[in-house]
Amino acid sequence: MSFRRDPLGPLDREAVREGDHVPSAIPVPGSPEAGDGIDGRLFHQDVHRFRDGSRVPGWRESYDPAKDPAVVPDPATTPVPEDLRAEIEAFMARYPDHRSAAIPALAAAQRVHGWCSPEAIEQVACVMRLTPAYLTAVVGFYDMLEARPVGRKTVYVCTNISCSLRGGDELLDALRTELADDPDVNIRGFECLGACDIAPMCSVDGTYVGPVEDAEIPTLADDIRRGADPLPAKQLVRRRVADVAANSDDVQRAAVDAGTIGPVLPPDGPPVGDLR
Amino acid sequence: MSNKLLFKDIDEPGLASIDVYKRRGGYAMAEQALAMARESIVTSLKDSGLRGRGGAGFPTGLKASFIPQGKMDKYLVCNADESEPGTFKDRELIQKNPHSLIEGMIIAAYAVGANKAFIFIRGEYVQQADILERAIEEAKAAGYLGPNVLGRGVELDMWVHRGAGAYICGEETGLLDALEGRRGNPRLKPPFPANQGLYQGPTLINNVETLTAIKYILEVGAEAYAAMGVEKSSGTKLISVSGNVKRPGNYEIEMGMTGRDIIYGLAGGIEDDREVLLWFPGGSSSPVLTKDDLDLPYDYESMAGAGTMLGSGAIIVADDSNSVVDIAVKTASFYKHESCGKCTPCREGTNWTTKMLKRIQSGDATPMDLDVIESVCSQIMGNCLCVLGDAMAMPVSSMVKKFRPEFETHIEAARAAREAALLAELSADGPGRDVLHGIAAD
Repeated sequence: MSFRRDPLGPLDREAVREGDHVPSAIPVPGSPEAGDGIDGRLFHQDVHRFRDGSRVPGWRESYDPAKDPAVVPDPATTPVPEDLRAEIEAFMARYPDHRSAAIPALAAAQRVHGWCSPEAIEQVACVMRLTPAYLTAVVGFYDMLEARPVGRKTVYVCTNISCSLRGGDELLDALRTELADDPDVNIRGFECLGACDIAPMCSVDGTYVGPVEDAEIPTLADDIRRGADPLPAKQLVRRRVADVAANSDDVQRAAVDAGTIGPVLPPDGPPVGDLR
Repeated sequence: MSNKLLFKDIDEPGLASIDVYKRRGGYAMAEQALAMARESIVTSLKDSGLRGRGGAGFPTGLKASFIPQGKMDKYLVCNADESEPGTFKDRELIQKNPHSLIEGMIIAAYAVGANKAFIFIRGEYVQQADILERAIEEAKAAGYLGPNVLGRGVELDMWVHRGAGAYICGEETGLLDALEGRRGNPRLKPPFPANQGLYQGPTLINNVETLTAIKYILEVGAEAYAAMGVEKSSGTKLISVSGNVKRPGNYEIEMGMTGRDIIYGLAGGIEDDREVLLWFPGGSSSPVLTKDDLDLPYDYESMAGAGTMLGSGAIIVADDSNSVVDIAVKTASFYKHESCGKCTPCREGTNWTTKMLKRIQSGDATPMDLDVIESVCSQIMGNCLCVLGDAMAMPVSSMVKKFRPEFETHIEAARAAREAALLAELSADGPGRDVLHGIAAD
């Protein structure tokens, strides 16, 4: 596999800048750990040297100056799964400028490949007639597009202000500990997920769950591991609007009766506006 | 309740489907609006005094009137990127009442002559985007969207565009870049999107709540809407209350309610009956207020008068068990992570402010760092293409200003704790190291 990207990802780069620690991802010439990355990721990049031992310029750059720039991949030599091609072409048809489909197309490729691998990017580039470099730049910008191999099950735990006031950081730590042994789970602390009313909360493959009590964490971890519906009673979609004056009485009663929406539970005491 | 518009019967089972929505009188307003003159809709928006609900508070009618007349391609973009920490009102609207947003967008698109509409929703809202897409399909099937809306010769095409997780895409020009398939970097303004926006065409961008409110304004009439709330902040506002309150959630209020009524009345007060340490009145970007400011009326003018802003209407309450230093670190690190890196003051300023705050947290700082933070923050404000840098500088500098004694106490306490730990470590090494004792204590 040719390695097109900078050997230091944005996180490692940040860590180096902050002086927290120097990741072993920097290939130290001659040392046995050369090429061994953080988190067990491997980087295969030879350090090019002149005969006198000094490095060829650019060995740690994100591009290889000796190579021609990557061009738009040739459809004849780039196999793209039929479903993926159809999906991307449907996205492209929506917009006056087909470039607009870049984010949905990369997200679709990520669903197929698990992450935005060089192969995935090449396939999207081939269908969209863009250069891989352009798409790599787009991937680097967005948090939900993964630039590294990760687990297929995505768990985002909100650690922003509102959630951290109610234990979001502790939830992230606890879930990390519970799921540490499962390489299939990609668990991340995330920016505000827009569900501060159910803090502390997490998003399991797009399903919002919260507020997660300490006692429920093992069950939640188990649901995630098995791929089951996470804590069905605590899902956001079943939650009623907190404003008790918002609905007329018959609508409130109907909503509760139909079981489509659960009650709003304050941390202590009976359900607010219990109508039965 | 007479003062509920957007949240009227929001929990009705099946409201997200077009049948139930139409039974509640849905789409009647869109049909009426398409028979009205375009200018009269813009005029009613101006008369209603509706101001943008996304954060900036710009008068909606005025913005719509900036869209040039003529036969060029015009676009309507709905900003559903809702990433401001503490804000979750749009999520509730989209999830439970997506058709009211679509109806509002049909009216807005007709008023400005846009024939293509996009809803940019943040990628994390997977379930909400699915609901919205289903609702759009239903509306298309019912003839409310398409090449010939309701047989009136108006073309309107609508699509949901999912983002992929970037706070900056909530900024209107950053959103446009993301919608064009680029990295979501903000653009230089002017030209404003009303003149050159999406694909360089005139573009009207509004928040979910604003577009939804348009439908209800036409329903109740501009005068009735303007009569709600207070003079320059008319109408109702959805507010998202979160943090250490007993009943966090979304509430629809008339503008002008006091902060105390919101936090202690609607949201049930503070958990464990503690005291308020600080509260953000408009998302984490707004300068903080303290418990002394609880009796301020919650409207655009009063908040601006108190040196803060109403923003997106997200009230985050922190009780006195929290340390203001931790909150400042959380706030600054978020903006540091989300800075797109295009403008130097924001990219470097957020980074260095975070570093200094972390130094304060860990006990490596001196009180001088507080002055440096204030100076860095003042140099970010107003010096970037967008307001992301300001959004960090404003709350952080307000925290440093209002809680300076707490910061200084923390710096001294953390320093003393570190020193004590260091001395303990040295004395544990045995008597031979006594000479270091004096140095460390120096």
